This record gives sequence, C-alpha cells and structure tokens, in this order.
Amino acid sequence: MTFTFKVNGKSTTVDVAPDMPLLWVLRDVLDLKGTKFGCGIGQCGACTVHVKGTPTRSCRTAVSRVAGSEITTIEGLSSDGSHPVQRAWESVDVAQCGYCQAGQIMSAAALLAKNSNPTDADIDTAMNGNICRCGTYLRIREAIHKAAAMPATDAGAASRSGKSGDAN
Amino acid sequence: MDSKAVKAPKAPKAPVDRRQFLRVSALAGGGVLLATYIEPFANASAKASAKLAGAGKNAEDFRPNAYIRITPDGTITIIGKNPEIGQGIKTMLPMLIADELDADWSKVRVEQGKLDTVNYLRQFAGGSTATPTNWTPMRRVGAAARAMLVAAAAQTWNVPESELTTSAGTVVHRASNRKIGYGELAAKAATLTAPDLEKVPLKDPKDFTIIGKGVPGVDNHSIVTGKPLYGIDVTVPGMLYAVFEKAPVFGAKVKSANVDEIRKEPGVKHAFVVDGGTQLAGLLGGVAIVADTWWAAKTARAKLRVTWEDHPTASQSSASIAAQALELSKKAPQRSLRKDGDVDAAFKSGAKVVEAAYYYPFISHSPLEPQNCTASFKDGKLEIWTQSQTPESGRAMCAQTLGIKDTDITVNMFRGGGGFGRRLNNDYMVEAAWIAKQAGVPVKLLWTREDDMQHDFYRPAGYHYLKGAVDASGKLVAWRNHFVSFGDPEKMAAPPAQGGAPFAPSAGIGGTEFPARFIPNFALDTSVMALGVPTGALRAPGSNGIAFATQSFIDELAAAAGKDPLQFRLDILANTPVSQDAGPAGAPPGFEAARMRGVLEMVRDKSGWGKTTLPKGTGMGCAFHFSHRGYFAEVVQATVARDGTVKVDKVWVAGDVGSQIINPLNAENQVQGAVLDGIAEALGQEITIENGHTVQSNFNTFPLLRLRQAAPVEVHFNITPNPPTGLGEPALPPVVPALCSAIYAVTGKRVRSLPLSKQDLKWT
Repeated sequence: MTFTFKVNGKSTTVDVAPDMPLLWVLRDVLDLKGTKFGCGIGQCGACTVHVKGTPTRSCRTAVSRVAGSEITTIEGLSSDGSHPVQRAWESVDVAQCGYCQAGQIMSAAALLAKNSNPTDADIDTAMNGNICRCGTYLRIREAIHKAAAMPATDAGAASRSGKSGDAN
Repeated sequence: MDSKAVKAPKAPKAPVDRRQFLRVSALAGGGVLLATYIEPFANASAKASAKLAGAGKNAEDFRPNAYIRITPDGTITIIGKNPEIGQGIKTMLPMLIADELDADWSKVRVEQGKLDTVNYLRQFAGGSTATPTNWTPMRRVGAAARAMLVAAAAQTWNVPESELTTSAGTVVHRASNRKIGYGELAAKAATLTAPDLEKVPLKDPKDFTIIGKGVPGVDNHSIVTGKPLYGIDVTVPGMLYAVFEKAPVFGAKVKSANVDEIRKEPGVKHAFVVDGGTQLAGLLGGVAIVADTWWAAKTARAKLRVTWEDHPTASQSSASIAAQALELSKKAPQRSLRKDGDVDAAFKSGAKVVEAAYYYPFISHSPLEPQNCTASFKDGKLEIWTQSQTPESGRAMCAQTLGIKDTDITVNMFRGGGGFGRRLNNDYMVEAAWIAKQAGVPVKLLWTREDDMQHDFYRPAGYHYLKGAVDASGKLVAWRNHFVSFGDPEKMAAPPAQGGAPFAPSAGIGGTEFPARFIPNFALDTSVMALGVPTGALRAPGSNGIAFATQSFIDELAAAAGKDPLQFRLDILANTPVSQDAGPAGAPPGFEAARMRGVLEMVRDKSGWGKTTLPKGTGMGCAFHFSHRGYFAEVVQATVARDGTVKVDKVWVAGDVGSQIINPLNAENQVQGAVLDGIAEALGQEITIENGHTVQSNFNTFPLLRLRQAAPVEVHFNITPNPPTGLGEPALPPVVPALCSAIYAVTGKRVRSLPLSKQDLKWT
C-alpha cells in the first residue's frame, strides 16, 4: 500500500505494508539512519521523532497512522546542527556511545517548544521515556537548561512550526 | 585484561615484546603519511620491504594503516585504531598523538581505523586497558612525526634543529622570526628517515597542550545531527536483512522448522536451518530468515515454528541454582584459593564473630544498540562491518567457522551503541558471516531486543558465604569466604592444573581480592556448579559483584566492632600486608594500600563524612574497590521512605588512576556513567532462568535507569605519580555496597541480596 506524508518538510510517498512501523520506513526505506532502534516496544525512546510536533515512538507507530502527517526526524531538526538543543548537546559533551541521543534530543526539543524554561521536574517528566544506557543523564539535564537559555535560531523556530531546517 | 584472575574472553595477546617502527611515505600532492609497523612484519619477507620502499608511488595503498596523514593545506588526519563503544577512545588516542605532534587540535580530523593488527598491534576495547597500553606508544608516534617535521624545517632553512620549536601545527625559528606550517613541510618530511620510536624524546607533562584539557568527543556533531555512524547504520549494495532465531535453551539444536512455509512469506528471499556447533560463544543452531526489509524478516519470523532438540540444561532454573549453591556452602569447599594464618583458631578466640550469606544475580549487558553485524561473502573472501569490542577474535572465529583464512577477511569497524563487555563476544558476527555465505548475498543481521536480552553472556550470579571476626579492640582478625560460583566442579576438586582455576567466564575470584593480605587469618575457598547459561565480562567483571559482597561484609564487621565504617576501612588498610604475592601464579600483585587510603580520605573529606547532620530517613554509606588498576572510594547519600522506596540523593567519588587525567571532560562523564550504571544494577536488575532459558525479554522486565533516578555524582581525582590507567570500569564496583551501606544507616537492615527492588526495606 502507498502512504504519503511529509518527512523533514519533503512530501514523501512509500509503498509498504500498512503495519510497518514508521521507524523501519525511515531507516530502511527512506535511508534516514539517525532515528534508532532500541527495544521495539516503546520503552527506550531511541526511536523518538516528532509527528505534528509531538514526540512519538516511531517503533510503535504503524506507517498507516501517520499518513498525511508532518514528521520531523533528527536529520530535519535543523539543516546543520544549529538547533539550540543540538548546540547545547555538543558543547556540554553529553554523549558517550551517543546511540540514544537522537531520541533524547527530539524529546528535549519538543519539551522546549512547549516550555521555554523547564524546571528539573518538568525535565524529569518529559524525558522519562528516553533511556540512556551509558548514564549521561546529568549532562542531558545540564544541556536542556543550557539550550533553554539560548536564543532560538531560525532552524529551531522552523522545526517548532513543523518545517524542517532544510526547507528554509 | 582484568587485573584479577577473572577470565575475560579471548583478549588478543599484547605483543609487547615486538618492537614497533615508524614508516614514512609521501602522499600524492605533497603530503606525508606516517604509519607504524612491527619488526616481524618488516622481517617477514623481502617482498614486504620492497613494497614499503615503493610506498611513495602508491601511498594511498597504505592509507588504512596510517596513524597520521598531513596534507599540504595543513590538515592533519589521525586514525583512531580502537573500537569506540562510548568510552571515548576515538577522541583520546588521537589526543595523545596530536599533543606530542604539537598539532592544532581544531584542525585535526579523526578517522576510525580498520582492523589491521599487523600495523596497529592491539585493537581491542576491554578491561580498561587502552590507557595503560597506549599512553607511551601513541605519544611516541606523535613525537616522532614532530621530530621529522622539525628536521624538514631545519633543512629548509639550513638552521640547527636545536633552534627550532613547534606550536599549533607550525615550526618556529625564533632567531629569524620565521614560521612554517606542517603542511608546507610534509613533502620534505616524507623523504626523511623515521626516527627510532623508542628513542624519540617525549614532552614533559607540564608542556602538554591537548592532554589534560577537556576535549569534546570527535563524533559529537555527527551524533547530534543523526549521521550514520553505528554498525546498525551500515548499508552495502545489494544487501538483504536477516533475523536469526535461536533456541530459548542455550545451545539446543533445531529438530525441524517450517522453513518451506516461511519462504512464501512477503519479502522473504531465504529461510534455512543453521546446524551450528556446541560452543555457547560460537555459531549456535537456529533458523535464519533473509528478506528485502528487516521488518519483512521479523514479520515472517512470527510465523516460524521450530521444534528444538532436547537439551540437558533445559531443567535449569534460578531456584535450582540457588538450592545447589546453598547445598555446596554446607560442604567442604572444592578448592582453597588462598590461606593465610589460622582462621579457625581466630574464629574461636575472636571477640565477635559474624556470618552472612551474600547473593547477586545474573544481569544483562543490554547495550542500547542491539547486536547486529553486516557481512558479505564473495569468491572465498569475507567482508565484515561491525562494532565488536574484539574484532581480531571475531575475525579468527569467522575464519575457523567458515573454513577460510584470516587474510581473506576484511573487518570494517564502526561506532558501537554501547558495549559494557557484551561486544567482547562475536556470536552475532559469526552468525552474519554464516548467513551471508549461505544466502549468497550481503546481509545485515539484526537482533531484536528480545534476542539480545535472552542471548546475552550474562554477568554471572555469585554466592559468598562469609565469616569474619574482630578482637576485643575492634580489630579485624579473621575472614573466610566460601565463594560458590560456576565452572567445572570436577576440575575444581582435582589438584590445580595449569591455566588458572576452572571458573566459567567472568565467574572467578582472585587471590588478592581485598581483604586478602591485610588480615593475618584469611581463607578464600571456592566451589563451583556446572552452568548451561552463557556468562561473560560485564563492565568491571568480577568486581561488580565481588565488591558488593566483600565491602558490605566489611560494613557488618565495622558495626560488630563498634567502629565508624570508613575509619574501620582505613585502619585495615594501615596494616602491613602479609605478603605481596598474588596466590595463583601469574596474577598481578595486590594493590598499594597507600593509594587506596588516599582516595578514602579524599572522599571522606569531600563528602563531609561524619560531619553532616542528615534528616531522619537519610543516611550515608561508603565503600572502596580496586579494579583494572584503578583505586576508587565512594560515598552514597540515600533516602529510604518508610515503605522501603530507595532514592539516591548524591554520590561522591574519589579516584586514583595515576598522574594524568587525559581528557577530563570525558573522564567525568565515564565516572558518572559507571556510578549510575552500578546504581541501576543495584536498584532493579536481575535475570532469572526458568526451564533453561532467560525469563526477562525487554526493558519492561529488566529496568534500566531513567533520568529522574540519576542522582548528582561529584567526581574527584587524586593525582599521584603513577602511570595513567583506564577509567571505563573501576568507578562502578564501590557504588553498589556504598548504597547498601547507606540503606543500613537508615533502616538498620543489611542488604545481602540484590536487586533492591526485591528486598523488604520498610522501616519504622
């Protein structure tokens, strides 16, 4: 079956089984490898993308459910890594293995889009679905606070309005 | 590998006795390339020498073997040779080269090397070994390159080398106020003879410009922008996707499977039975499904019906193992691993005698990137794309299993989404190689999380039956540990043979394990059970369980002695060791007491131990442990609600890993991660076995730590005049007993079994 949706601002049509999770459509059909597979049951958050701006576990989201939606992946958060969350992640040196960080960044970006100055408690709640096996949580928290204090770039603003940095 | 007798899987032999030389060649367009080689390689054949001599013409051929490439525009490329699994080695090893080279780090590019043990010697991630084994060799490579660039500048300007200095990628002649970039010198440097690596002078540490500075990870930008960096991200032309179903009971073979039906499923191209062997670490029996997408392969797998052969370990369970351990604890031990003084006499005369049984469970590594590997087999040659921690061992296993030569295998190394010891084994690699060969197409094999959790090489469970005594003055005078573990009971009961005690992988204990050497009457005995569950090294192998049992029991003895638990430890460490020997032949000597006292005193002072007034319900605990050449002491402050819910409030860490913290930014991250890892293990992690297979299957039944549970971890290093050592592992072990000690301070309850989620910690 064919399904049409927008990925990072580009209209995209795929011909796949309706129950194929968005994660595998992104990774293996559209070759967007930034979104990661961790558990397959929505427990770890490595596969987090934005569907209409909402952080969504793509491993548990059948492609049929996102037809017509706007989807943003880590590759589309900004064109060049300039989203405040990405910049904060780099400067704080959050990553160890880095495998979970795309999902962490997508959850953090969605949090900041709704709440520009989150408290630690807000962060605990918003990030509870994202596991970091290496335990970089202290730096994740620090980086979210740091990103909150940064002026939003055009790319960041574009992502929050549902357009990708590439489209600008 | 590990500093104790704990056996780690197949660490490649470190050829320290072979001398390493530097090879220099020209790059097309005026660049220079510096690579190392080792003596046997150089002497191996005249053909090899001839090829080296001609390197200038075909320098690009040698590109994968280089450590350093300098192009005329001044770009310096340094190869990171070791597997990167999140420990930061891809940043750290190039830092060592770049500092001695006096490169401008902002202009350095780092590339991941392929597997090439002829030129790189060891390419291995395990046992926190990379720092101690590379600290000097990597710096020599950089220093030798710098010496050649200085020589090239001296020739260019016709001045003595002694008048030249280097800084940020340039050679400077102060007398004439001239400066020249490394890029401009590259072509000339390529014509010079490389200096002897063992004689090249190294910097005085006070002159370091990159070492000791906080350097962010070289892959950070790629990580935050979602670039395909990891093994799971590999695609090769014509590739198909594979899943592999193995028996729930480890090592059982396929009796029959409906592969003919599976082949008719949408997208499926191949489905076949793999016979496999009997080694749990090798290729096991199962059914492979190869399809045009991974989702198609996984969907078809849901319809797979396999009948497995009966297997002798199918009746094994956690309950049967525990019952067997208890039974063994009541019998005479199978073997004595160490005996000092007379423990029985000391128990009789001791003022207070304490006995306790400690248990820790099997746990899974669960790196977030599930096991996967991409393989292509064509015309008798195998190409592998992997994030293995031991690519050399993996290559050897593939060669043996497929019946080809090592030299017919190319191994490309990719970033791993965590390792923690799981990727020391190469089961997924040999599976991918076998399936690719059988299917006749390149395949990416990807395990599900359930495959990963149910086919791990688990941290072995352990049972410690402990007895200790203090005298009337509160001094620890006797200690006995009957350690019940896994291995070969018949061999353990037989007279010791060469090659160490017959423990299962990572299920051993060393003869210098604290408090050995510091107590006059000490006995370490062991008995083992046969096990049908694969075990292996998990971050700080051995230590991650042993520290919990031994340090917790030290706490019990401190309480019996009426002493402060931290001071009690300092007092024991003040004893003159009874001997420096290691017990089993070949094991390293025990740790230096003064260095351990140093970190204990440091963590005492930093945490305000004994000086802080805590609210009711909140307590502090302490512990220390020596592993992987590192000295770590930790204090945990935790709050226990009256219903028994545990919350870690803060952790203080003091570590001694020698004279230099190479990358402080990553060092802090590693220590914090290790501590949080230990807390996660203690809080809720347990793998249980029923009917011969693993019960837990995903993160809903095997909980990993979440952000809200991550307490602040304050990290301090005690800098001592000792060679720098590794940081991936040694910060983990003390946090578990320190947390349990804090729980005791609040509740008065001793935690003698893990995980905490299964203990009744209610208090009033």
